[in-house]
Amino acid sequence: MSTFKQHSILPGFNLALGFTLLYLSLIVLIPLSAAFIRTTELTWQEFWFTVTTPRVLASYRLTFGAAFAAALVNAVFGLLVAWVLVRYRFPGKKLIDALVDLPFALPTAVAGIALTALYAGNGWIGQYLEPLGIKVAFTPIGVFVALTFIGLPFVVRTVQPVLEDIESELEEAAAMLGANRLQTFSRIIFPTIFPALMTGFALAFARAIGEYGSVIFIAGNMPMVSEITPLLIITKLEQYDYAGATALAVVMLVISFILLLVINLLQWWGRRRSALA
Amino acid sequence: MNATTLPTTSRVRRTRATQEPAWVRWALIGLALAFLTLFLFVPLILVFYEALKKGVDVYFAAIIEPDALSAIRLTLTVAAIAVPLNLVFGVAAAWAIAKFEFRGKNLLITLIDLPFSVSPVVSGLIYVLIFGLQGWLGPWLAEHDIKVIFAVTGIVLATVFVTVPFIARELIPLMQAQGTEEEEAAVALGANGWQTFSRVTLPNIKWGLLYGTILCNARAMGEFGAVSVVSGHIRGSTNTLPLHVEILYNEYNFAAAFAVASLLALLALVTLALKTMVESRITQPKENANEHRSA
Repeated sequence: MSTFKQHSILPGFNLALGFTLLYLSLIVLIPLSAAFIRTTELTWQEFWFTVTTPRVLASYRLTFGAAFAAALVNAVFGLLVAWVLVRYRFPGKKLIDALVDLPFALPTAVAGIALTALYAGNGWIGQYLEPLGIKVAFTPIGVFVALTFIGLPFVVRTVQPVLEDIESELEEAAAMLGANRLQTFSRIIFPTIFPALMTGFALAFARAIGEYGSVIFIAGNMPMVSEITPLLIITKLEQYDYAGATALAVVMLVISFILLLVINLLQWWGRRRSALA
Repeated sequence: MNATTLPTTSRVRRTRATQEPAWVRWALIGLALAFLTLFLFVPLILVFYEALKKGVDVYFAAIIEPDALSAIRLTLTVAAIAVPLNLVFGVAAAWAIAKFEFRGKNLLITLIDLPFSVSPVVSGLIYVLIFGLQGWLGPWLAEHDIKVIFAVTGIVLATVFVTVPFIARELIPLMQAQGTEEEEAAVALGANGWQTFSRVTLPNIKWGLLYGTILCNARAMGEFGAVSVVSGHIRGSTNTLPLHVEILYNEYNFAAAFAVASLLALLALVTLALKTMVESRITQPKENANEHRSA
């Protein structure tokens, strides 16, 4: 115990850590490892064939493409919303600040049917887009809209605290040295918030890749066109193709773990930046 | 700094060097509000509009219908089991991580966060792989006539999985910032473990605990993907509220679907209101935390 844990007079370490590890193993680790162990029932060729059929490849393109586009839009507008909430005063600001978290609190199925009704050909927004030749509901654009909705709070909530912590002296010094506001923003403020912005982007992207509930209603779910990878897993399960479903799940898990690693590195980068500043 | 305290009645027009011109400010505010309106407020309003479009009678009929009531009951039951389990876990994990120094701590924190990065569909699937008919325990469970998948147990397990991190990740930074001095003083004065926790630690973390519980509960009641995989969608028996919304919607019963959805939207609004109230109560003693670190 001498090297594993530093001495402390507080009680309950063994009980608390033991329970934590037991609970995590039973609920998280053993079930997750089941996915990896079950795929070993397939040979490498079978596995590779399952996860690279044309229909599966089309689903990757849609899932990652729409998730990337949605995260990009959220990076731009999330930064804007965070900026406005931190820097400016306007009526209803507190209410809006609280409502930014709506996509975290609103069940995804509710978001899904609301967005579908909104963007359908006869919906509040869809009726104005249809004459312009833009179809959103039941197309890949619909997937993008749903993923933008669910990823909205991430960038706002990661950038907001960093923006609040920026010392006004830095900006005053920049102004004294002759910088205009745009220069101050691009050379002083933006580099400071960049790690947080990237973290928010990565969080929104990671969340969007796995999203299911809000997408399936608005996507139309046509194979090769508007079918996301999580839906393909469900389809395979309903056909009792457990091996196929598990193979796809493992691909998604590996990608999630890589993204988790990237996010941790980004957060470490951000902490180091703010420690140096 | 002094510029802000000058009397505003002064006739000289001042432009502060660290502030954008007014037209830029209002343009940015307008753009941000337009984005939020389009993506947040309009969908939220639409849920209530569609729910009440056909009248209050249709609305209440959809909610007091037996299948809807059983879905409400199941959703409350699942949350009533999943949230306390994760509450106990969150407190235990935070106690071990925040009050003691041991190796592998960062790895443990990452493992606790893991369920957040797993797709809901995969979260459901892994339980099918263990408890389903073709799963590891499937044959044994079938022999003993125990149903986990397509039953309430499976729904509870999937919900516990997706909500594992909520309370722990709220408590860990809070308890780390509070340090160990108060607990050490209590122990030195002769308090036992339980007394130390309930009289010293608990009062310090109660708002953080409540905050995590509120978020955990919202997700537990609203989870769709993971529950959808393990539930089997049996009306009146393994149908939670979000799944009931899906069934009604796929039957083109839009008024009823939105009526049930409006209950979940109300839950979301109550969650946000409580969250905002509690947020203002959580005060992290940052200065103390720095003292502990330098000591």
